Amino acid sequence: MIRVVIPFHLRTLAGVTGHVELRVEGPATQRSVLDAIEATYPMLRGTIRDHTTQLRRPFLRFFACEQDLSHESPDAMLPDAVASGAEPFLIVGGIAGG
Amino acid sequence: MSGVRVLVGTRKGAFILTSDGKRERWDVSGPHFGGWEIYHVKGSPADQNRLYVSQSSGWFGQMIQRSADGGKTWETAGNEFKYDGIPGTHQWYDGTQHPWEFKRVWHLEPSLTDPDTVYAGVEDAALFRSTDAGKSWQELPGLRCHESGPRWAPGAGGMAVHTVLLDRMNPGRMFIAISSAGAFRTDDGGTTWRPINRGLRSDYIPDPNAEVGHCVHRIAMHPSRPNVLFMQKHWDVMRSNDAGESWHEVSGNLPTDFGFPIEVHSHEPETIYVVPIKSDSEHYPPDGKLRVYRSRTGGNEWEALCNGLPQQDCYVNVLREASAVDSLDPCGVYFGTTGGQVYASSNAGDAWAPIVRDLPAVLSVEVQTLP
Repeated sequence: MIRVVIPFHLRTLAGVTGHVELRVEGPATQRSVLDAIEATYPMLRGTIRDHTTQLRRPFLRFFACEQDLSHESPDAMLPDAVASGAEPFLIVGGIAGG
Repeated sequence: MSGVRVLVGTRKGAFILTSDGKRERWDVSGPHFGGWEIYHVKGSPADQNRLYVSQSSGWFGQMIQRSADGGKTWETAGNEFKYDGIPGTHQWYDGTQHPWEFKRVWHLEPSLTDPDTVYAGVEDAALFRSTDAGKSWQELPGLRCHESGPRWAPGAGGMAVHTVLLDRMNPGRMFIAISSAGAFRTDDGGTTWRPINRGLRSDYIPDPNAEVGHCVHRIAMHPSRPNVLFMQKHWDVMRSNDAGESWHEVSGNLPTDFGFPIEVHSHEPETIYVVPIKSDSEHYPPDGKLRVYRSRTGGNEWEALCNGLPQQDCYVNVLREASAVDSLDPCGVYFGTTGGQVYASSNAGDAWAPIVRDLPAVLSVEVQTLP
């Protein structure tokens, strides 16, 4: 199972607390993880990535294993520790304001 | 006894205020969707318990929420607003052409007869419709694809369809307004549109009498007289007696004719309300005094209504969606401020009182009169 930490507002929308655990079919990539999130929680479609372009929304970032994966290819393999569930995949809202 | 439900959208959530027909004591529920910008909450005229909410965030984009029980519980509806075909371009701030990009839903207008049908006025300016209670949305592209579309330009607040008026007597007719393109009308259910801006004069555009480019802030009509329209423009309060074919100014003795909302009394079609704001450079009331102005003559002759409103050191704004009337007798009038107060008058504006205060900045106010 892959563990994903999603921001407060998305947890509220999805009706979950804490992290979510997802079974991902095939290779663990950003795309397959996001596909699994949206399949499990369809109310989150469009909130993490654009409906049409499938690009990450500008103020969200993807972190894992102390790395910023935001600019990686959506089809790049995630770290083994994420794929195994040892480390979470973090979806983080950018800090804004003053 | 009849009652009233006031639907308030704010910068940080939605609130629902309810009262009986006396409108003296109010219950407040919320925040619903706390932390999200709620541009608009509106109920279906065909089913008072069906509510639609525009919920948005700079991080997570657009959500639409729907309630079937008057706001006790909510269900997430569809949030995919895809422009029809190749979106094309409109004028950008620097004069270049810029692609149409969906940003948010400013206004939700439920059908007068079908609770599952609802229109959405969006930024960048376009009109969408859902016929499945918000599950899916289809653009009515005739508006955005009007030949003047490439000349539409955003104002400081963006470029949005913020006003959608349905004509109770002519189902094919709708009026919309765009900042800053102007007012448009369809007579065929949204297939084709034409600008209805003759008579508007805006000194802040190169041709003050241009067909499009006017910053219309709000249009209001009385449902019994859909050919009579009232407009609060960026500057100027305007009136049309012919469904927008022509407009004339009715600012009369207002202390300033800049402002955002405009409302029509629910039982007196010639009684209208505005909230004058000092200027487009100073978005607060003149002299620090919050005053609603009422005209009982359809414009030109205005009286200040200040009983119960702050008359010193008040520097809030009242945004374009943030006023409404109920249909009780006497007519109730409501408006919300960027300071988080919602004021109400249960006697057509003669006296006012805050029915809630210290909310986040109020973006929209709608009222449902309950049986």
